[in-house]
Amino acid sequence: MTTKMFGAPIKRREDPRLVTGGGRYLDDLGHTAYEAAFVRSPHAHARIVDIDVTDALETPGLVGIWTHEDLDGPVGENLPLLIPHPALIAPATGFALAKDEVNHVGEAIVLVVAENRYAAEDAVARIRVDYDFLPVVVGLETARTAANLVHDHAPGNISAHLLQEVGDVETAMAGAPHRLSLDLAIERSACMPMEGKGVYARWDTDAEHLTLWSSTQTSTGVRAAVAARLGLPLAKVDCITPDVGGGFGVKIMHPWPEEVLIPWAARLLGHDVKWTEDRREHFISSAHERGQLQEVEVGFDDEGRVLALDVKFWHDNGAYTPYGIIVPIITATQLLGPYKPGAYRVEFWSMFTNTVLVTPYRGAGRPQGCFAMERTMDAIADYLGVDRAEVRSRNFILPEEMPYDHGLMFQDGRPLKYDSGDFPASLAKLKALVGWDDFAPYREQAASEGRRVGLGIGCYVEGTGVGPYEGAHVVIETSGRVNVATGLTTQGQGHQTAFAQIVADELGVPIETVHVTTGDTRRMAYAVGTFASRAAVMSGNAIALAARAAKAKALKIAADALEVSEDDLEIIDGVIGVKGLPEASMPIGTTAVLSNPLRYAFDEAAKAATQFAGTFDPDKPPVADDEEPGLEGKDFYSPTQATFANGMHAAIVETDPVTAEIKILRYCVIHDCGTMINPMIVEGQVHGGVAQGVGGALYERMVYDEFGQLLNASFMDFLIPYASEVPHVEADHLETPSPLNPLGIKGAGEAGCIPVSAVIASAIEDAEGFPITSMPISPGDLWELRQQHDRGELPSLRRTTAESAKEKS
Amino acid sequence: MNTSVATHDAEALVPVHVTVNGAPYGASVPARRLLSDFLRHDLRLTGTHVGCEHGVCGACTILLDGEPVRSCLMFAVQAVGHEVTTVEGCGTIESMGPVQQAFTECHGLQCGFCTPGFITTITAFLKENPAPTQDEAREAISGNLCRCTGYQNIVKSVLRAAEIAGEQAGKTR
Repeated sequence: MTTKMFGAPIKRREDPRLVTGGGRYLDDLGHTAYEAAFVRSPHAHARIVDIDVTDALETPGLVGIWTHEDLDGPVGENLPLLIPHPALIAPATGFALAKDEVNHVGEAIVLVVAENRYAAEDAVARIRVDYDFLPVVVGLETARTAANLVHDHAPGNISAHLLQEVGDVETAMAGAPHRLSLDLAIERSACMPMEGKGVYARWDTDAEHLTLWSSTQTSTGVRAAVAARLGLPLAKVDCITPDVGGGFGVKIMHPWPEEVLIPWAARLLGHDVKWTEDRREHFISSAHERGQLQEVEVGFDDEGRVLALDVKFWHDNGAYTPYGIIVPIITATQLLGPYKPGAYRVEFWSMFTNTVLVTPYRGAGRPQGCFAMERTMDAIADYLGVDRAEVRSRNFILPEEMPYDHGLMFQDGRPLKYDSGDFPASLAKLKALVGWDDFAPYREQAASEGRRVGLGIGCYVEGTGVGPYEGAHVVIETSGRVNVATGLTTQGQGHQTAFAQIVADELGVPIETVHVTTGDTRRMAYAVGTFASRAAVMSGNAIALAARAAKAKALKIAADALEVSEDDLEIIDGVIGVKGLPEASMPIGTTAVLSNPLRYAFDEAAKAATQFAGTFDPDKPPVADDEEPGLEGKDFYSPTQATFANGMHAAIVETDPVTAEIKILRYCVIHDCGTMINPMIVEGQVHGGVAQGVGGALYERMVYDEFGQLLNASFMDFLIPYASEVPHVEADHLETPSPLNPLGIKGAGEAGCIPVSAVIASAIEDAEGFPITSMPISPGDLWELRQQHDRGELPSLRRTTAESAKEKS
Repeated sequence: MNTSVATHDAEALVPVHVTVNGAPYGASVPARRLLSDFLRHDLRLTGTHVGCEHGVCGACTILLDGEPVRSCLMFAVQAVGHEVTTVEGCGTIESMGPVQQAFTECHGLQCGFCTPGFITTITAFLKENPAPTQDEAREAISGNLCRCTGYQNIVKSVLRAAEIAGEQAGKTR
């Protein structure tokens, strides 16, 4: 009996190659290619007056230098606005090379190609650009004053303004027995994959064909964008994604200037050209996320039930909006989490600043929304003197209310309708895991030792697996080898394993015979990409459907050959047999032979399919009218809406009474992503997400000065957590399958990072006794808050005041 | 704007002879050639990765005479006369080293980009401390950055590698 693969924590099949140095990432390709480097703007907002390349022309190894005026046709036009939206009233996109004006430090101005990167950088250093400085807008508060504008066509520095309302918030708020207001802030962070971006292009002069490798999260997107910019038919462009050293969102943005320029230069020069982003380039010319200011007003009853929720927020979109307003839309909609407020109004302004552009980073606006909602829940609990978990449970959408339609439009333009989830069960599991009800004695014990500890909680719902579609192509060779292709890409999610698990079960073949290819437009030209926790949901289901189609064909052929009914057949370990009659069987590879009637025999197996082999009915055409040769299955999965995963986290932190150092003592996760293909991989995703969340909560921020200089644009100064900073994660799962797709899967990729800032803020607040409203928080920040609290500028939590009153009396 | 022809003076080259993974290699490279670039692009041993170019992330960690060093902070000429071990020298797909095997068993990697630097670092660490505690294992890897795993399964991999190495030593004894 074939062991069931789906749901098993099997070892990853890609790993032996990756741990022995056999990975092939972008910069591992193209050793003989010319290499590119860029002159990038050192100024945040300026007009380009003059570019003088004279001194650079004699640089040894130089091949060419280009500025915007050299870019012909569409290559020189504004980069595309990928996701237009009616609320995006003043969009802006940059150019592949800056035209006349720069709007952030790091914007590419001059392309240099040389025999190697060293020479290219030599030339870059010898190019002089003269600028006329323009006033710089940094930070949301400055942007809101609109004293200066980033773009003249965007008054108020506003790129987009959107208001959504469900119910009558004014009336519900006015009628609420209690009301609270919160001012909240989240700073910028960034994806920071260990491998930056990179592009390698090969132009075949004879075939007039471009082959392009990019460290991207969407090979089909890059292919289409590059073909359009270079004026090439799609058939003359292929885009291949090699091994990718992490993405986390930044590589779904496309086309990056370099993705257009490197192929353009390769065609122009008739020579391979490569660009590998260095770390500083990644900091100042890729993308950031997270920065928001939020104002929340909430009206609630005596039980803590939210009657009205009114949220306004300002989202920092940086200098350009090529990815539209996906991030603030997600904040606005996913803010609601597992709760059902009586009435909800959310209004946001997306703002231009002279900083690196903002596109989705793992969580994509959800961490900010979760922060707003969960800070609000804690504030309600504190106000009423009710347990924080209890207040949450009183606001939960209940399992019997699923599917639950919030009446809002989600990021995919479709209704925000939850398909599944059991929030009370998740909360019960979380409370048991962290020991929620036993925390008071633990706190007292710690206090008696002079230690200060706090318990925090955060809940979220994550729309995953957004459309429009993914596809899969399953091809079974005569040897029994199964080739699976899906178009979306892989950057560490273990797709070669998880997708093979699905196919092994669907077809009934050994997993060792299944070979998965992702992100190669030569193998699957129709795809969207890997983002929004969608790969397992979208490609996973497409692959299952394609495998079922291939299986149906194999069974039909075998039924003919064995002269039995298809219903009597089963496939076990790659052998198709008659149930209960083991001697009547054939390997699945034999059905592949029979599926492809041949004139020529090129090996032993093929002989059976040749015209004199006597295996075909002479009265029928070799290939039936409704059939194609070959044992293949191809299918697409296109859902009507997203599927909604959820989770709840709790943490215990300790804050040093003297130094204000913050240490996470325990971190607990309950996670529901429906059925799991490979729990080991899911858990790994959760661990990694939490680590990124911890970075965003305690360490990572983009420090811009007033001139728009990013002061910490290196790993020396931007503090990604090391192992010493990341807590051990205790995780448990709840599986409420999605009713929306054949496999019951919900996405898992982003989950871990979503509630972390909310959880840590909740725990620090609990330890300190005063509200935490801004993240990330460093020991220095906390120390400053303590000073403010001591000076009476920061109120105590009600529960702290109540406790100290109790102690005094 | 200006497409020039590459007719300029080439840089002066320096012969570099290094033992890498037990085999002698020689190449003539500019004096400023980084050891990481030399390994990756001159010797085409691309298992060593470069994540930050300034010695912070640890992805480029190699062993120089058995000691972990950052190959992005060295020139190739500085390695002359030394023994270099890269991730390719820590084992092969057919015969993985204990650390490599542990990573595959414990899901110690996701994208795999930082992994070679962890493998060389841990290989050296286990020579010093063949039976680490969990805290020591965590401490040992806290000079390398990983953005995918949250380190939990890397810590597990260190402990498992120590076990595997112990088992192998037991067998050969």
